[in-house]
Amino acid sequence: MNKRVTFDHKLLPYLFLAPQVVVTLAFFIWPSGQMLWQSVILEDAFGGNTRFVGFANFDKLFADEGYWASVRVTMFFSLMVTACGLAFSLLLATMADHIIRGAAAYKALLVWPYAVAPAVAGVLFGFLFNPSVGIVTWFLKKGVGYEFNHVINGNQALFLVILAATWNQISYNFLFFLAGLQSIPRSLIEAAAIDGAGPARRFWTITFPLLSPTGFFLLVVNIIYAFFGTFGVVDALTRGGPARATEILVFKVYNDGFRGQDFGGSAAQSAILMLIVVALTVVQFRFIERRVSY
Amino acid sequence: MVENRPILTFASHFVVLLGVALIAFPLWMTFVASTHDQTTMLRAPLPLWPGEHMLENYHTVLFQGFGTGAARTPLYVSLLNSLIMALGICVGKVAISIIAAYAVVYFRFPLRMFFFWMIFLTLMLPVEVRIVPTYQVVASLGMLDSYGGLIVPLIASATATFLFRQFFLSVPDELTEAARIDGAGPVRFFFDILLPMSRTSIAALFVIQFIYGWNQYLWPLLVTTREGFYTVVMTLARQVNTVDAAPPWNRIMAMAMLAMLPPVLVVVFMQRQFIKGLVDTEK
Repeated sequence: MNKRVTFDHKLLPYLFLAPQVVVTLAFFIWPSGQMLWQSVILEDAFGGNTRFVGFANFDKLFADEGYWASVRVTMFFSLMVTACGLAFSLLLATMADHIIRGAAAYKALLVWPYAVAPAVAGVLFGFLFNPSVGIVTWFLKKGVGYEFNHVINGNQALFLVILAATWNQISYNFLFFLAGLQSIPRSLIEAAAIDGAGPARRFWTITFPLLSPTGFFLLVVNIIYAFFGTFGVVDALTRGGPARATEILVFKVYNDGFRGQDFGGSAAQSAILMLIVVALTVVQFRFIERRVSY
Repeated sequence: MVENRPILTFASHFVVLLGVALIAFPLWMTFVASTHDQTTMLRAPLPLWPGEHMLENYHTVLFQGFGTGAARTPLYVSLLNSLIMALGICVGKVAISIIAAYAVVYFRFPLRMFFFWMIFLTLMLPVEVRIVPTYQVVASLGMLDSYGGLIVPLIASATATFLFRQFFLSVPDELTEAARIDGAGPVRFFFDILLPMSRTSIAALFVIQFIYGWNQYLWPLLVTTREGFYTVVMTLARQVNTVDAAPPWNRIMAMAMLAMLPPVLVVVFMQRQFIKGLVDTEK
């Protein structure tokens, strides 16, 4: 953590730190304090009077059935995005790890969705599944006889948002899984093969356990992504609708705060989200400390 | 692999190819849609093969824009805004993080750890969590509808500071000693020795932050109200959200292609730096 050789200067280190500290104070610390303050005050619609109301904003929030509906949607959404994304990318990475010829080409073909903005991913999937002209919708109707219309069907809208969010995150998971797979010593796998273990057995008894640190790391990253990184997908695809079926918590904060002008309620929601981020980050860091020593 | 199993190899290729096809399908359909005329795009089933109107569509969105009347802004303006925002965030993040990390690693001063933890805290608070108060700060500073408002609030970065700190800690002390014996002061040491040595880290960070900056959506949505400052991702999402009875999908998809192209090219052509950046920033 510490350097043995350092420089002596009274002013210089503060000068070097100043830009970062100023930006942090102005756009991170101060707004977060404001947010915590706003969550315990009540402001009238014209911004004139404010008064301290304690936890009233939180009480109101917890009594609101709409909030709990949003919590449930977020839980299901995050679970599905994380589970589907991890499973599919693990499958792809395991298969890609077997491939020697053309591995680089496959990798290049699989990494680019990372570069697509979540909002653009939302637009793309909205087009594919468009109720009137979408190619997938058309195929579902003509080929299977299944009516798909995410504009009016809440479950289908949720499915579509999950699909777009998963698609957007697959290359990230894939790259980390592939790196994890390639760091497993070949000698272990060879030894198991000599002992007569087939590919499936080798995967479940050697590869999978050794991949668990990577898997756990990705689990946390994916949950954070599903909670906070998917605003663009939802806003471009469904805007939380129909009938709030896809209103995840981050979207609700934005919607209540900016569209509804309910600053107290929005700030209370933000405070809760902040707790979730802090908890997830702590988990992530504790885990990383362990990985370093392992 | 350890043994020769042709069926397994075949199955691997098959699964990966299937995955590639599934993942690339949305992109292919976007490209195809951007090459047809509007009437083709209005009746299902849509064609699966490119048409002949590609140049025309791209030319229209780039130089004539999209909306009607006064709301018409050519897309090259949005693309330019995105570019300015992405590059501004890249340069700003690298610049303020590298000097902050330098101060924390190479100097001893009161409150050093206090500042370190303060920067660390920012890692925990994504924009999405504190949108309303951050917006209010930017508004009260008069930075709405400006490049400063788009860029500055996003350039504080704990990740980048950590990355450089990690790297500086791995630089041998002998180098610093040698520089000091030769009479180099802290500023000289930073610019002549440390900065050139950090080239690969800076490149990796640059790629990751470029994609991050280009793909920002919520923040530009909040701080811009004039079309002249819209980023390309935002313009695209707005067009889809305000579609009328007969959306011109050919032009919307041409816009989507243009919105994706720069970051995708960066990832594909700078894959080595990209992967290094991805792994390093997560440490």
